Amino acid sequence: MSKSNDTIKKTFIVAFILCLVCSVIVSGAAVSLKPLQQANQELDRRTNILLAAGLIEPDEVTREKVEELFAQINVRVVDLRTGELTDAVNPDTYNQVKAASDPAMSTALQNDPAGIRRLEQYGIVYLVGDVNNPDRIILPVRGAGLWSTLHGFLALEGDANTIAGLGFHDHAETPGLGGEVDNPNWKAQWPGKQVYNEGSQEPQLGLSKSPDQEHEVDALSGATLTSRGVTNLLQFWTSERGYGSFLAKFRQGV
Amino acid sequence: MADSPKSVLTTPVFKNNPIALQVLGVCSALAVTTSMQVALVMTLAVIFVTAFSNFFVSLIRNHIPSSIRIIVQMTIIASLVIVVDQVLKAFAYDISRQLSVFVGLIITNCIVMGRAEAYAMKNGPGMSFLDGIGNGLGYGFVLLVVGFIRELFGAGSLFGIQILSLAKDGGWYVTNGLLLLPPSAFFIIGLMIWAIRSWKPDQVEHDEFKIQANTKPREVL
Repeated sequence: MSKSNDTIKKTFIVAFILCLVCSVIVSGAAVSLKPLQQANQELDRRTNILLAAGLIEPDEVTREKVEELFAQINVRVVDLRTGELTDAVNPDTYNQVKAASDPAMSTALQNDPAGIRRLEQYGIVYLVGDVNNPDRIILPVRGAGLWSTLHGFLALEGDANTIAGLGFHDHAETPGLGGEVDNPNWKAQWPGKQVYNEGSQEPQLGLSKSPDQEHEVDALSGATLTSRGVTNLLQFWTSERGYGSFLAKFRQGV
Repeated sequence: MADSPKSVLTTPVFKNNPIALQVLGVCSALAVTTSMQVALVMTLAVIFVTAFSNFFVSLIRNHIPSSIRIIVQMTIIASLVIVVDQVLKAFAYDISRQLSVFVGLIITNCIVMGRAEAYAMKNGPGMSFLDGIGNGLGYGFVLLVVGFIRELFGAGSLFGIQILSLAKDGGWYVTNGLLLLPPSAFFIIGLMIWAIRSWKPDQVEHDEFKIQANTKPREVL
């Protein structure tokens, strides 16, 4: 290293040129790869929805298949306060989780069993087939487990009462214990369970150590707090404070 | 320093392993070794970053003012890491989600900085590039061994393919949950260091000071 490197002038020149070159490389990579990254994120989200709904098996996920199946799905927005469909926000650009932290779009919860702190005014719903008489209804659900917030999708049959599937795509529960929410064998218990009792609006579904046949599945062994969190979040989102009023429209005798 | 290209490439794998001997880069080694696939991608990312950061630092080493040399190295490393992160997000989305913040944290991996400062500042670009690859391989070697043990005994699989039939699916193997948690990597790396130093005793560190024999407080007894 020669001495002339240590002059103030040289220091500034080297720093300036280096920063310029590096910033061009970094921004070039970021801009040129952005379309691919967004396509990946979107594909990931759609795959999760289809997996939860049981419309696709994990080992047959391909880009074409996901696009094809997702084409049957209508994305709509529900006003969670009234349970009516609304056009207040564009379902393609609306980010439900982000809206929950926006004071103009959400309210703070006093009684907060799901541990989400704020509830947004509008919720996305995915309807498979006809909007007025859907084959399946898929709801995004989220809530606190032990370590993390679990994000997932709950899929119901067209009667808005029978569960078609449940899947969590984002969580950080303990691997092997709470992380078993991803276990296919555990998830396979869900289809066929009923969310509500006949004529009632009170969600009955959940996890239990001694599950009743109609509503409950086995709790996760060694993960009492995660199990409790999953029960709470499922009951919250299917109650009248979540999607309950919306679901009531598809049910008979309520 | 023996300076044939081959020795530059292979010395860091066993003789001068960055994790086992220098005990650098342990943090990420705990986090990304739950499965072989993730460990392999992380290895490739680190090899890429160490090789190219060494190369570029070496290329401009005669023009770097010594007062800002660390920040110059950091800028180069950070740029490379961001490029790797972006490429992973675009082409290997699932794996980039599993690696999450640890790709970004390659920036703080002492191995990368250490090689830029210790080797690339004094040697030519070609040799520095090989040195970077060698150290990346040394890091990756430990990662893959730890990943192998953790995935095989923690989840009964390798590269996601089920090897041992699990008790919960009706097989015979009961998984060891501890191996899926970060602390298990501490034990495995510790045992590895022990094994390597038993095999090559010259890697054992000398005591920095000797504990004096206890002479005074006889009266306490």
